[in-house]
Amino acid sequence: MSVVALRKCLPARRTARVLYRAINTEVKSKVEADGMQPVETRKMNLFTAVNDALDLAMKQDDEVILFGEDVKFGGVFRCAVGLNEKYGNERVFNTPLCEQGIVGFGIGVAAAGAIPIAEIQFADYIFPAFDQIVNEAAKYRYRSGNEFNTGGLTIRTPYGAVGHGGLYHSQSPEAFFCHAAGVKVVVPRSPSQAKGLLLSSIFSPDPVVFMEPKWLYRTSVEEVPLGDYRIPLDKAEVVREGMDVTLVGWGAQIKVLEAAADMARDKLAISCEIIDLRTLSPWDEDTVAMSVEKTGTL
Amino acid sequence: MLFHRLVQTAVRRGIGVPTYRTFCSQLSQFDSAQQLQKAKASKPKDVLSPRQENDRPSTTYDFTTHLEIVDPTKDPVIPAYRVMDTNGTLLRGSERDLLLDEKSIVKMYHTMGEVAALDHILMQAQRHGRVSFHMQNAGEEALQVGSAAALEPQDHIFSQYRELGVFLWRGFDMQQVAHQCLSNAEDLGKGKQMPMHFGCGKLNMYTISSPLTTQLPQAAGCAYALKRRNTDACVMCYFGDGAASEGDFHAAMNFASTLDCPVIFFCRNNGWAISTPVSEQYRGDGILSRAKGYGMKGLRVDGNDMFAVHEATREARKYAVNQSRPVLIEAMSYRRGHHSTSDDSTTYRLSEELDWWAHNDCPAKRVRLHLEKRDVWDSEMEAEMRTMHKKKVLKCLGTAEKTLKPNISELFTDVYAEMPERLKRQQNDLEEHLKKYGTEYNLSKYQS
Repeated sequence: MSVVALRKCLPARRTARVLYRAINTEVKSKVEADGMQPVETRKMNLFTAVNDALDLAMKQDDEVILFGEDVKFGGVFRCAVGLNEKYGNERVFNTPLCEQGIVGFGIGVAAAGAIPIAEIQFADYIFPAFDQIVNEAAKYRYRSGNEFNTGGLTIRTPYGAVGHGGLYHSQSPEAFFCHAAGVKVVVPRSPSQAKGLLLSSIFSPDPVVFMEPKWLYRTSVEEVPLGDYRIPLDKAEVVREGMDVTLVGWGAQIKVLEAAADMARDKLAISCEIIDLRTLSPWDEDTVAMSVEKTGTL
Repeated sequence: MLFHRLVQTAVRRGIGVPTYRTFCSQLSQFDSAQQLQKAKASKPKDVLSPRQENDRPSTTYDFTTHLEIVDPTKDPVIPAYRVMDTNGTLLRGSERDLLLDEKSIVKMYHTMGEVAALDHILMQAQRHGRVSFHMQNAGEEALQVGSAAALEPQDHIFSQYRELGVFLWRGFDMQQVAHQCLSNAEDLGKGKQMPMHFGCGKLNMYTISSPLTTQLPQAAGCAYALKRRNTDACVMCYFGDGAASEGDFHAAMNFASTLDCPVIFFCRNNGWAISTPVSEQYRGDGILSRAKGYGMKGLRVDGNDMFAVHEATREARKYAVNQSRPVLIEAMSYRRGHHSTSDDSTTYRLSEELDWWAHNDCPAKRVRLHLEKRDVWDSEMEAEMRTMHKKKVLKCLGTAEKTLKPNISELFTDVYAEMPERLKRQQNDLEEHLKKYGTEYNLSKYQS
């Protein structure tokens, strides 16, 4: 039943609430599908969860390869620890120090039908690769009439403030890529989200820029389910339900929004709804629209 | 055991005795300082300590007490390989050494003729408003067909935009060329790009894009993926002298060499990048001299000598496939046409220069003279061929003009693998708009 139809037969707020449950049902992870057995988890921080996702991806498909600067010894943020030892130099390797090369090379690997994971050491250094990402990766399928595509490509990069990073180790450049239709931009807020979203990104038929909040690499710790599970792309998640105002965010900022929402509840008696977009482009307009119809304030 | 493996790698790569620093880079599994200290203490005595030799790079070199700032302009200019002179006479060896039978040579000459015919007519068509844009290939037919004929169907090809002969040789026929140039519904690219931006999955020819040189690092990556599959294939990557100045050239050469990618980087050095002559494009000895800097093999070839280009590409391909190594070919040629239909090269170069190349070093004429010397060709056959090609091109152009443009809804397809909601809504909005205001648009041109 469409939003418009429902709106005609129910009062506004109730419509929103009813549809909420319907549209915002999280696609359950593979491991939790039956809901009966307790899921085996392990305490992981964000970089360990990313490492786990990379390991699972490489284990299940020989065409998955991982490369970038300093990836071989485990990466400067330890996301690739143990992978070179496990999968060898052919699949996990260092590239020369050249971001336009890393992404250009990755596009070629993807265009040939393989599944490259290209790491850009800091999002602050992604700009030399901007041409390849915007003019090439994003447009490969469209401009070729679907004769070719770079769906196998995932570009992973740590982004965001970390306290001491200054101008060049703290940038959040995700918005630049949101204006390049054809490439998806995905940002996880926690270890369990990172693992599921990264696995979805790696095996997505579209090129993905996956921005990992470096602030959370060590500070965010969760019980993360073991085994392969996917979190759908293009879907936002309502992290906290509320009635008075909708807060939309992503990545490391979700924790800040939660803290602000707690203060609003305690000091101002305002109930906040918090939405994590997860995929910034294309973003889940329906979930946000539903929420704003309920709260009236974005 | 780890160190033993390291020494083996070092010896194989010829980097001499590994330094202590290299040894330490393998110790990623040690995440405690104590473990690292223990490993350091156990290193063999003959490993050089970084404290003894500062910043020694991984290549071996001697020391000298002679101070000289080396001048590369003192090196001899690298000669271009040539097999046939400008009058079609073989300079050494016999016809058998060409490894091409008469039938093949005639077929290659025919393809060069097709390029010329398409070029000439599409150029005129643009001036008459029948086609929006065209880029000529005049002067580069030999390097296009000669190189393409040395490749195998399983090789993957990345192009720039002046490789029409390569597409035709591979099987991208005249009709498909016309469809793409008219951006109609039969275009494999669904009418989404400017003319001459071909691509064909079946022929392993990646769709051309306007940004220069972006295809080079992609070619290296593609070659890496093909190498991993143990295919008997290489990647061929065309680009021009101007494109070689872009950063992506450096990135590609470095990656291909460090990662052992079986790719042939084929530079069409035609002397001009729009209005910029090569004297303003680089200061070194062309593009080939750069290969050395990347530890890459390469050669320079007379790009207007179809046989030399063919042989050079054949040898380069063998090397790339057997050794899984990249190689650079610099084909020296001349751009006889304007950069494109948006350019008028008479504003920056003399007609005398064009005349010189037309009369003294014409790639098509050289092959024709060679064939005539072998009594396999004459002026009657030439006239016949030209008429046939002209007819065929005009027919293909006519067919393409009569073919409708793609359905307007194709504006929204293939942005992503699956169309997202937002685009579906936009597509619907446009449909609604056209239902209301369709008469304001020339909808009859489009497939419905």
